[in-house]
Amino acid sequence: MKNLVEINKLAFQRNNRSIFKDVDIFIPKGKVTAIMGPSGTGKTTLLRLIGGQLLPNKGSIKVAGQEVPTLRRSALYLLRKRIGMLFQTGGLFTHLSVFENVAFPLREHTQLTNAMIRSLVLMKLEMVGLRGAMHLMPSELSGGMARRVALARAIALDPDLIMYDEPFSGQDPISMGVLVKLIRMLNDTLGLTTVIVSHDVQETLSIADYAYVISDGGVIGQGTASSINKDTSLQLQQFLRGLPDGPVAFHYPAPYSLEEDLMSETTDV
Amino acid sequence: MNAHALVVLDTQAPRLICRGEWSLTNLSKIKADFQKIVWPYPQVLTVDGQAVTRMDSAGAWLLAHSLKEIASKGLETSLQHFSEQAQILLALVEKRAIEPAYIPIPVLKRRNGIEQLGYTVVQQLVELKNFLHFTGELAFEFVGGIFHPQRWRWNELAAVIGKTGVQALPIIALLSFMIGVVIAYQMGNQLRNYGANVFIVNLLGLSVLREFGPLITAIMVAGRTGSAFTAQLGIMKLNQEIDALNTMGVTPGQLLLLPRLLGLLIALPLLTMWADIFGILGGIVMTKNMLDLTAYDFLHRFHHEIPLRALFIGLGKAPVFALLIGSIGCFQGMRVQGGADSVGKQTTRSVVLAIFFIIVVDAIFSIIFSRLKL
Repeated sequence: MKNLVEINKLAFQRNNRSIFKDVDIFIPKGKVTAIMGPSGTGKTTLLRLIGGQLLPNKGSIKVAGQEVPTLRRSALYLLRKRIGMLFQTGGLFTHLSVFENVAFPLREHTQLTNAMIRSLVLMKLEMVGLRGAMHLMPSELSGGMARRVALARAIALDPDLIMYDEPFSGQDPISMGVLVKLIRMLNDTLGLTTVIVSHDVQETLSIADYAYVISDGGVIGQGTASSINKDTSLQLQQFLRGLPDGPVAFHYPAPYSLEEDLMSETTDV
Repeated sequence: MNAHALVVLDTQAPRLICRGEWSLTNLSKIKADFQKIVWPYPQVLTVDGQAVTRMDSAGAWLLAHSLKEIASKGLETSLQHFSEQAQILLALVEKRAIEPAYIPIPVLKRRNGIEQLGYTVVQQLVELKNFLHFTGELAFEFVGGIFHPQRWRWNELAAVIGKTGVQALPIIALLSFMIGVVIAYQMGNQLRNYGANVFIVNLLGLSVLREFGPLITAIMVAGRTGSAFTAQLGIMKLNQEIDALNTMGVTPGQLLLLPRLLGLLIALPLLTMWADIFGILGGIVMTKNMLDLTAYDFLHRFHHEIPLRALFIGLGKAPVFALLIGSIGCFQGMRVQGGADSVGKQTTRSVVLAIFFIIVVDAIFSIIFSRLKL
C-alpha cells in the first residue's frame, strides 16, 4: 500500500458554511506531507476528519485501508491508537508530571510492567532531549519544551501515522529549529508517516517531501517544495510569499464604499 | 479680526485664511471660528492654506465639509498654498463630494418579545436534547463497564470521593448544625406559646431527616463540587487535554466522567447522613438552652417518635440529587468551548441549573410521598 491516508472527493460543511468541497489528498507512507493554508481554511478540521472526530458530508477518508467515517466506535478507538497527534497547545495533562504524561498511553493500552514502561518512557524522552525534565510538571515547562513532551507522548505507542497541528506557531527560532529537526528525524528513524498542518511556510517546506496548499475549500496547489515554489498561481504565490494584497484581499468586504460610509452622516458635525 | 482664530475671512482680497494647527484637538475651535465668519455676497473666494502648520485627517475633513457648506451659499472656492501632505488628505476626503442617494444605516435586528420567547424555548429544547444525548452515551459506557471490570478507574473514583466527600465533611457539619439551631429556635418559639415544648423533637427530627439534611447537603455540594466538575473539565477541554485523550483512544467518559458521577453517587448519601447527625445535634443544643429539654429526654423521645422511614426517605433522595449534580456539572464542563470566559459562563450555569433541578425534584418527591402517604 503506497498511501497511508487517502481522501477522495471530501466535502464538509459546518453551520451551513462549506469548509471543504471536493478535496483529494493522498498521504504517502513513510513521507512527511505538509498541509498548508491561510488561517481559517479548515486545516485543523481536516485532521479531525482523518482522526474520525468529525464526520464528512460527502466523500471518503481511508486510513490504512479502513474507511474512517463508517467505522464502529470500538474499531475507531483501535485505529486511533495507531495515530499519534500533537495539538497546537500540546494538550498535556496538567495534573501529571512529564514522565506520567508520556507513560499515560502506555499504561492505558498495554499490560507492560512498570520497569518496562519506565525504560520506554525514558527512551522517548531521550529522543526529544528531555530525559532530564521527567520530574517537572507541565506548568514548569516552556512552550517549546511542552510541545516536545507532547511529541514524546504522541510517539509513545509507536504509531503508524503522526499528525502535527501547527507545531511551529508561537515558537522562538531555537525551539522552532529543534522541532523542525525532531519531526524529520522521528519520521525517518521510526519509519512514521507524518502530516504537518501549518502556516509557517519556510519551516514546513524545508522538511516536507510533498505539500498541499488548501484555501477556500479546495486544494490550490500541491507538489514538492521546489515545484510548489515555482508555481505561478497568484493565490499560491500570495500565500507562500506573504503578500499583503492579492486574491485574498487586504480589505474585508464592506457593504458600502469608503466614500459612501463617510457620507452617510445621520447627524451633522 | 481675531488674531487667534484658526480661520478668518480677509474681506479685502477676498480670501479665506486658514492657519495654525488643523487637527482633531482643535476641531471644535475651528468650527466655532467658521461660525463667526460673515459670508460675503456670491463671488469667487480663495482659500489660503499657507499658514497651516499641521493638518490631520480630521482637519481636512472639516475643511472639506465646510467648503461644501460655503458652496451651498453660492460662493465658489479655490484652494491655494496648501502643503502637499494636506492636499493628499483633502483629496482623500473630498472624494465624498459625490452625494450618494440614500444609504440606510444598518440596524441591529432586535427580536420582539414573542420572537425572543420562541428563540429561548427552541434553545432550551436543543440543550435538553444534547443533555439526553450526553447522559445516554454515559449510560452506555457505564453498562459497557459492567462487563469489563478492568476498565474501572478505582484511583480516580477514590480521588473523587476524597475530594467531594471527605473534604466536604467540616463545612457540611457546620452548616447543618446551624440549620438545626435555626429551626429549633423558630419552632421552639411557637411551641412554647402552647406549652408543647416536647413536640420540638417531632418537628425537628422529621424536617431535618426528610428535608433539610438532603437539601442543604445537595445544594452545598452543587456549589462546591458541581462547579468544580464544570471548571476542571472545561479547562481540560480548552487545554485540548480532552482532544488528546480522544486521539489516544481513551474516552473521556471512562476516565473523567463516570468516576466523577459514581464518586458523587457514593459520597452524597454519606454526606447526607453526616448532615442529619449534625442537624439534630444543633437542634439538641438549642432546645436545651431554650426549652429546657435535656439531651437525654430529646433522644429518648426521638427514638420513640421518629420512624426509621424518615431517615431512609431523606437518604433515598441523595443518590438522585447526586446524579443531577454530577451529570449537569460534567455536561456543562464538556460544553465549554472558545475561551476562558466560556468556563465562567458554563460554571455559573451548572450551579444554577443543579440547584434549580434539586429543588424541582424535591418538590416532585414531596408530591409523590404525599400520594403514597409516606
